[in-house]
Amino acid sequence: MKSQHIKVLIVVVALAAIAIIIPNTNSFVILLATRALAFSILVMSLDILLGYTGLPSLGQAAYLGVGAYLTAILATRYQFGLGYDFWLVVVLGILFAAALAAIFGLLAIRATGVYFLMITLALGQCAWGLAYRWNSLTGGDNGINLRARPKFGIDLANEVTFFYLVFFLFAVSLLLMYTLVRSPFGRSLAGIRERELRMKILGYNTWLHKYIAFIIAGGFGGLAGVLWAHTAGIVSPENVVLTTSVDALLMAVLGGAGTLVGGVIGAFIVFGLREYLSTLVPWWQYALGAVYVLTILYLPTGLMGIPERLRQRRAATANREDVKKMAPVTS
Amino acid sequence: MNTQFWLTQAFNGISYGALLFLVGSGLSLIFGVMRIVNLSHGSYFLLGGYVALSVIWTTGSWLLAIPVAALTIAAVGVAMERVFLRPLGFDPLRQVLLTVGFAFLFQQAALDIWTGNNFDINPPDALTKSIVVGGLYLPLYRIFMIGTALAIGLVLWLVMEKTRMGAAVRATVDDAQMARGVGIDTSRISMLIFALGAFLAALGGVIGGAFLGIYPGLDFEMLPIAFAVVIIGGMGSLGGAAIGALVVGLADNFGKALFPEVSYFTLYAPMALILAVKPTGLFGRE
Repeated sequence: MKSQHIKVLIVVVALAAIAIIIPNTNSFVILLATRALAFSILVMSLDILLGYTGLPSLGQAAYLGVGAYLTAILATRYQFGLGYDFWLVVVLGILFAAALAAIFGLLAIRATGVYFLMITLALGQCAWGLAYRWNSLTGGDNGINLRARPKFGIDLANEVTFFYLVFFLFAVSLLLMYTLVRSPFGRSLAGIRERELRMKILGYNTWLHKYIAFIIAGGFGGLAGVLWAHTAGIVSPENVVLTTSVDALLMAVLGGAGTLVGGVIGAFIVFGLREYLSTLVPWWQYALGAVYVLTILYLPTGLMGIPERLRQRRAATANREDVKKMAPVTS
Repeated sequence: MNTQFWLTQAFNGISYGALLFLVGSGLSLIFGVMRIVNLSHGSYFLLGGYVALSVIWTTGSWLLAIPVAALTIAAVGVAMERVFLRPLGFDPLRQVLLTVGFAFLFQQAALDIWTGNNFDINPPDALTKSIVVGGLYLPLYRIFMIGTALAIGLVLWLVMEKTRMGAAVRATVDDAQMARGVGIDTSRISMLIFALGAFLAALGGVIGGAFLGIYPGLDFEMLPIAFAVVIIGGMGSLGGAAIGALVVGLADNFGKALFPEVSYFTLYAPMALILAVKPTGLFGRE
């Protein structure tokens, strides 16, 4: 078996384990896992930009916000999306977020490096400003409370049912994104990440590649937002704020950028620390901050990079021993 | 809406701009010299305010609080730069994430030390009065803010334009590699600029604390506004920071007064547009 097959197998087994174990725990853990899974979709969408295309976005929360606010406004104002039409909201959330990404992308894609960070920060702040200030539409600082979850044949108010729904959409997203990054299109993205100039010389329209990746990532962000709205039961500017974008970025880097599942691991660790550790000890945020700082200093490739680093270290030591063995012969 | 409204709002906008200049000029210099997107700059602002509070509580002196807070935070900035940022090397993403990691650590530390309550920094009584000019009530404190920003701006400008040190900084902004080539110690320049940036942000925190208040979350509220100043004005340029601060201060005040529902949008949308058209900002050095 090729190593890629083994990796896929490990992920499938881990997901199956989550699907079987989580529903049998208590409601606290189920809610925690649901939140982490919904947010993971956003982190993975960011990883397409960060890890596969080399575009570190500081405004990914904007797309989460579009999906979440759309869901909340439709549900509370028009009672729309609370039955089978929930699936329509899912589609709309994806489309609206992708449309926003299409607009933002026109401005942002040309920028590189630090400037891309700054411009996505500014665009994310535009979205936050509207969420925070446009009281008549978004409820301003208070946000919007969703009174009920959708009901269609199955009742999503039941937390286990809802967990399975989020899990299902998460798994579909993971599969789609995995297919995307393994496709020829995804390979060209990686090429752009490694060396954009060379891809240009080879005749690739790198701008269009990055633009499409940006839109796709936005769409998945919208999906995350729709799910997040029903998971949290409240949508507020807090979901669009700069720190939410930064959180997503940190989760992706913590797990390992350019691996998709790394971001999921990162999300589970951060949500675990934030919501579980915070009930136990008062210094949980130090732990979180320290995890971030240490990861960036000592694990630039993230947790998913550990096996590779260990392998390299072992290879290095083996090499050195080989040299030692050879030493008497050569001298 | 009569003349009085426009004049009052303009005055408020300019005085807010004065505060923003203190925060933005430091950020702009740090970015210009080191190309670092420093996401803990808002934390320096907030921590400056908190340290000043502690000094005021223990000694009762507001005047003493200003230098103590600014110097303490400058020391924090230098420690961060020397111990963590410098060894990291040049990788914008890792730098950003590291500074944000620190912002979270500072946030928690501030919560532990100064609790989550809202505080106000009370300036001396002499500064709490108002003067009346042509029927307009102008709070003395806001005039003091404008005066401070002007003085700081003037000193910075003199240092940057007229001294050898300033020339070295400008050379580093323009081309760090070339500057090293002609024997400028850019590492030392980076440290100095980082200290100066933290110093100015903390100074802003002390001065701004009197009318913004000091509360948890202020750090991440101030940060994007400071970035707006830097970007509109141009990165690494003092004059740019001054113009950016004035534009943002006025836009923020008039935006909130005239069309409150889109007021932040009117601030950040131009920022994004400017970045898209001219990434170095309106007055940035190429």
